[in-house]
Amino acid sequence: MYVFSAIIILTLLGLALGLSLGVAAKYLKVESDPLVERVEALMPGSQCGQCGFPGCRPAAEAVVLGAAPVTLCPPGGSALVEQLAKLLGVDVDLSQTQDVEPMVARVSEDTCTGCTRCFKVCPTDAIVGAPKQIHAVIADSCIGCTKCVAVCPTECLQMHPIEVTLRDWRWHKPQLVAA
Amino acid sequence: MFAFLENPKFRGGIHAEEHKAETCDKPIATDLPLPKRLYIPVQQHVGKPAEPIVKVGEHVLKGQLLAYSQGTISAPVHAPSSGVIFDVQDLPAPHPSALPIRTIVIETDGEEKWFKYAVPENPFELDAEEICLRVGGAGVVGLGGAVFPSAVKLNLGRKNQIHTLLINAGECEPYLTCDDLLMQERAVEIVGGIRLMLRGMNASKAIVGIEDNKPNAFKAMQAASAEFDQISVVQVPTRYPMGWDRQMLRYLTGNEIPADGRATDIGVVIHNVATAYAVYQAVCLSKPLISRVVTVSGGAVAKPQNVEVPIGTLMSEVLAFCGVENEKLARLIMGGPMMGEVLPHADVPVVKATSGILALSHEDIFEPEMKPCIRCSSCVTACPVGLLPLEMASRIKANKLDAAVDLGLKDCISCGSCSYVCPSNIPLVHYFKFASGELFSRQQREHKAEQTKRLADERTKRMERIKAEAEEDARRVMEARAARQAAEAKAQEETA
Repeated sequence: MYVFSAIIILTLLGLALGLSLGVAAKYLKVESDPLVERVEALMPGSQCGQCGFPGCRPAAEAVVLGAAPVTLCPPGGSALVEQLAKLLGVDVDLSQTQDVEPMVARVSEDTCTGCTRCFKVCPTDAIVGAPKQIHAVIADSCIGCTKCVAVCPTECLQMHPIEVTLRDWRWHKPQLVAA
Repeated sequence: MFAFLENPKFRGGIHAEEHKAETCDKPIATDLPLPKRLYIPVQQHVGKPAEPIVKVGEHVLKGQLLAYSQGTISAPVHAPSSGVIFDVQDLPAPHPSALPIRTIVIETDGEEKWFKYAVPENPFELDAEEICLRVGGAGVVGLGGAVFPSAVKLNLGRKNQIHTLLINAGECEPYLTCDDLLMQERAVEIVGGIRLMLRGMNASKAIVGIEDNKPNAFKAMQAASAEFDQISVVQVPTRYPMGWDRQMLRYLTGNEIPADGRATDIGVVIHNVATAYAVYQAVCLSKPLISRVVTVSGGAVAKPQNVEVPIGTLMSEVLAFCGVENEKLARLIMGGPMMGEVLPHADVPVVKATSGILALSHEDIFEPEMKPCIRCSSCVTACPVGLLPLEMASRIKANKLDAAVDLGLKDCISCGSCSYVCPSNIPLVHYFKFASGELFSRQQREHKAEQTKRLADERTKRMERIKAEAEEDARRVMEARAARQAAEAKAQEETA
């Protein structure tokens, strides 16, 4: 007898909860996807456009919709990939992804004319200078978006790999044996 | 299987070939010829690098301050001999990467003229603060390998109600005997240093833990400390890593430091025995830390021995003094073979952290082929922290660092016991070092991402403000023009 009452109660409970969830889904629908907000918060937010989307918000929307892979953001690196995969419940084979070597822009003093074009486009104000003065890049603030390289009329801005110092030297990963 | 039968005070560990016999019965050599040039890096300690205050061409005396400490966690560096400052430049550091570090180069004049510091009359009656000040001013750092500024630790001890000072004389690393010899020859000074440290922290008792493979050192220390009741000298079994401070503390007191805590949390401060000697030199004789005893050993060394070396001497000169056979040299290590750093070449200076210089021959080293993990769990038994090295390594292999952190990666002390016992020769500790470095880089990247976001936000705001101001200006100009036109129109009307 207890068995039947348990089955009946649980069935009713299931139906009632399902119904209420269904109603809630229809009437309490959230207009903007909160997931997009969370994904956007994880992204660098510099609107650099390296992913091919016009900014971090559209990129976040695409990731949430599944139109873009979680590996889309080069400045975010593998740390962002891991976070996004965790948030969205996607499986990523991290051993296959490889971080692109981070690059920063550097001004060649010989050819800089002080045209000020580069620091006007820099999204993080990482370039300092004044008209007709040689400009300089603050490497710590540069995100490697290459926008300045595109506008430089004398090609004096070039991307260089970040110099390794004692402070940020790291042990490499042990090599796996072949076969 | 019989883990429960083992000494419960000691977890894990290994017993490696000691190789201490080559050097442990030879006196400390003090006749190393003074090098022509000394290379003194401004950072030989944990914390901020010291800031040079000497100029190129300036004449300095032995013991004179070369660079002062910056910030709370830092230590000054002093001139190891008298001479002229030849240069201040970036030179290779004693580090596996041999990347450059800011280095003060002194051309020695061979006169060894000391800078005059006032020597206290009654050093054992100085105030606790005064002792800490003198220790800090002399650039004393932990000489066991961690090179943490000792004065910071003493101050921390005074603020935290310390009951016990633990002097770590385990020296569990194979080959190294520098602490052993120091205790054999200079036990009285060490005991003096321990008394000063006790005074500096207002602590009541000190325990000196010495591994039982150093009977002479134990006897010497016992004799030297016989008249001081507050100092007890205890023998501990020889088992690597006995010299890991937490292991030693657990063995001697039965207390365990919490995973994310410090020894001060349970009322204990741990110092290395060589640090006690440096403290004695600093306080009683006003001599800054400008030299240290270094074990020079290994299969490629003809005369293995302990040498008192001025800080800044090139390792190649020390090795030449001990008769290194270059054709035999296969690997150069600073420190012990378990936790020391592999160096690419010997043209780097001896620093405060250099406890040993090991020139290993091809027979000494073993370069095995790595095989797959057979899940034998030898590494789990050997791990003194109680971690699961095999599981952690498999996570790291798949780049799942967060999973490795969940398994306790941050508690790994990189002692190398797991790599030592692994029958498949998996470089486990290398994986953990890689992962720790990677985690640190990631933290830096996250920090940078935050900075970037802030910078980008500020820029957007500024752009909006500039735009709004421009619009405002334009509006004002338009209004002014409209007003003027209206006034002109009115004037015309009136004239008409």
